[in-house]
Amino acid sequence: MRKNLNVITAYSIMMVLIILVGIFQSWNIALSIFNMCLISAVMTMGANIQWGYAGLINFGIMGYTALGGLAAVIISVDPVQEAWSAGGFDILMCLWLIIALVLIIRFILKNFQKSKVRNYSIAALIVSGIILIRFTAEPGIEAIEDINPAKTGFLGGFGLPIIFSWIVGAFFAGGLAFIVGKVALGLRADYLAIATLLISEIVIAIIKHEDWLTRGVKNVIGLKRPAPYEVDLQSTDWFISLVEKFNSGKLNLISNFSDRQAELNQLVIEGSSVFVKLCYSGLFLIVVIILLIFTQKALYSPWGRMMRAIRDNEEAANAMGKNVVKQHLLIFILGSAIVGIAGAMLVTQDGLFTPGSYRPMRYTFLIWVMVIVGGSGNNFGAILGGFAVWFLWIEAAPIALFLINFFTAGMSESHALKIHLIESVPYFRFLMMGLGLLLIMRYRPKGILPEKIEIK
Amino acid sequence: MDILNALILLLNYIFIPALTYGSQLALGAIFVTLIYGILRFANFATGDMMSFGTMVTILFTWYFQSLGISLGVLPTALIAIPFGILFMIIYMLSIDKFVFKYYRVNKSPPVQLAMVSIGVMFVTQAMVRIIIGPSDQRFFDGEKFIIKAREFKEMTGLNEGLALKSTQVITVLVTIVLVSLLFWFLNKTKTGKSMKAYSDNEDLALLSGIDPKKIVITTWIIAGILATIGGALYGLDKSFKPFTYFNNMLPIFAAAIVGGIGNPFGAFLGGYVIAFSEIFLTYAYKKFFMYILPESMEPESLVQLLSTDYKFAVSFSILVIVLLYRPSGIFKGKVL
Repeated sequence: MRKNLNVITAYSIMMVLIILVGIFQSWNIALSIFNMCLISAVMTMGANIQWGYAGLINFGIMGYTALGGLAAVIISVDPVQEAWSAGGFDILMCLWLIIALVLIIRFILKNFQKSKVRNYSIAALIVSGIILIRFTAEPGIEAIEDINPAKTGFLGGFGLPIIFSWIVGAFFAGGLAFIVGKVALGLRADYLAIATLLISEIVIAIIKHEDWLTRGVKNVIGLKRPAPYEVDLQSTDWFISLVEKFNSGKLNLISNFSDRQAELNQLVIEGSSVFVKLCYSGLFLIVVIILLIFTQKALYSPWGRMMRAIRDNEEAANAMGKNVVKQHLLIFILGSAIVGIAGAMLVTQDGLFTPGSYRPMRYTFLIWVMVIVGGSGNNFGAILGGFAVWFLWIEAAPIALFLINFFTAGMSESHALKIHLIESVPYFRFLMMGLGLLLIMRYRPKGILPEKIEIK
Repeated sequence: MDILNALILLLNYIFIPALTYGSQLALGAIFVTLIYGILRFANFATGDMMSFGTMVTILFTWYFQSLGISLGVLPTALIAIPFGILFMIIYMLSIDKFVFKYYRVNKSPPVQLAMVSIGVMFVTQAMVRIIIGPSDQRFFDGEKFIIKAREFKEMTGLNEGLALKSTQVITVLVTIVLVSLLFWFLNKTKTGKSMKAYSDNEDLALLSGIDPKKIVITTWIIAGILATIGGALYGLDKSFKPFTYFNNMLPIFAAAIVGGIGNPFGAFLGGYVIAFSEIFLTYAYKKFFMYILPESMEPESLVQLLSTDYKFAVSFSILVIVLLYRPSGIFKGKVL
């Protein structure tokens, strides 16, 4: 108990802050912050596995998040039959072509000595393959995108419950991580950072512009939910009586029947959205707790000790007979897969997939701020970082507004500087993030909850 | 005649834009590569530092415009650039003093410095957005075109017009002057040579009496000049938007790495490699083939290798390929 005091204190403060938001702003806001905190926590856990356990720097978090989101679309949207019949054949042909291309290249890599001829022939194969694929796919893609472009214009998905996408998202992200890892993991740390950042941009570019698969910037809206819909709840008897029971004290004060009914209706509308958010919180909490248990177990297992050894001294670990390359690849895939889960969760919560919203600032660098601020190498620290930084990210605007009003209290309301500052309130969050990161890195480089190694 | 038309077409839509864009990238890439070679970290605040310098330039341009000062046919921004550079250098030196110095003195690993530069990126981005706002700003004035497409057509009687914007000429000229000055400085002067020595082997350089403080300050000053001019030229040619500048960081990184990071000349060429390949691969050659091929063989599709949406993806793919086959860059930089 004693040694975990700082963890408990930090989490209590965090919870109190969220509850304060609930009391002073509204429970709706508090819960949506809480849900996003949970999703961020999953992302930071993924990044923490890579950075904290193994010292691998992955600036491609955005790409894996987007792939998780894509999984949510592909799993949950109903298939568009017309599109399949119009262009499905061409697309499937392309898929086979890609598989064949990959197999041929693998075959060449395996069976021929490394030489210039081999490199050039592989390059020629890839180029001609791409041209071939383009020619096969073009008519199919055009046919698919022509079908009802305002509503569908894409292949759709499998029409399964969206929850499955959390697992599929993990596989998608893991698959990408396998390719990226094979390509880039040999690089030095800062090269790896740049390479992963750029690869994630390529992934986003593909998701944005391959309309036949993702609808691109036209967005996919109205995804199925694992939670009930507010409108349905508002007309369900048990929910109304539940709200009535909860607020019986408040309602009993109102004697007039019609006033009471109006008040109850209001409460039911508010309660329904809170209830839906609570359902999400429950689902997300389950994911976070399962992941936390696994990551904690892994951290203290022989495997975790090996990862730390590899992180702290690669050569020594190598000399001890540990396969550094393989372990790096494994942990890269695992971490990315967790980020993929978070991406699918995010789309599930929002109910829409907007490829245009994936920006490195929000989905890569912010997550890194979370990991560094929270404490890399410590799962509780990483989760706390996710909570604290997301909380600050959302509440930065109100805080900045308060500070601006405080410091410019002497100025008149129409003063140009004051108006300008109040207009630019949303950007103070960047300032706070940056300053927070710089201060933590300077004065507490191991984060709020530093890594501690217990030898059990 | 048709061949001439086709050539003008390529010149107008590929060569000139790529040369301009390449020059802007090259300046940024030299900035990245200098910081990497001498201060030894990947500076993720590159794009935002460039936008900071550009912002100061824009503010001064507006100030001069309000005073009624102008350069006639040339954009007013050219007189504002020195002030932008001044502020940029002050900003960079103070950031170095308050942020980077601590880690340099403690000999922190490069990754940690890169992380710190992300903090700087956030702060700089916030400052730019708070001061000038996130929206598009145009600050170009003066004569827009040197040759207008229609005038060119009338002059030569060709079907294809050639438009030459004054910003394009200014960009290329300024880049040539600046880069030759820089290489003269690095290769011929004593400070430049000691910078190179410091970049090659820090300990040996210190032993031979090179003052590291002076090196660091000189590096930031050069970086400030490059960042501001590169950013301002980009802003003059296209338009200024903080988010675009942040995004430009990626092709700039690609250019620096393709050229061999730590090698300024490589970075300079890398900028053009990236720019030309981006535009070559995403240009629709239909019209070009219509000119050079007989009518019966005219292509029906756009004859575009990749859609323009993948412009950025091209440079990143080049980078990945280079990293795979030649991690030290095309022009052998530091062996990493």
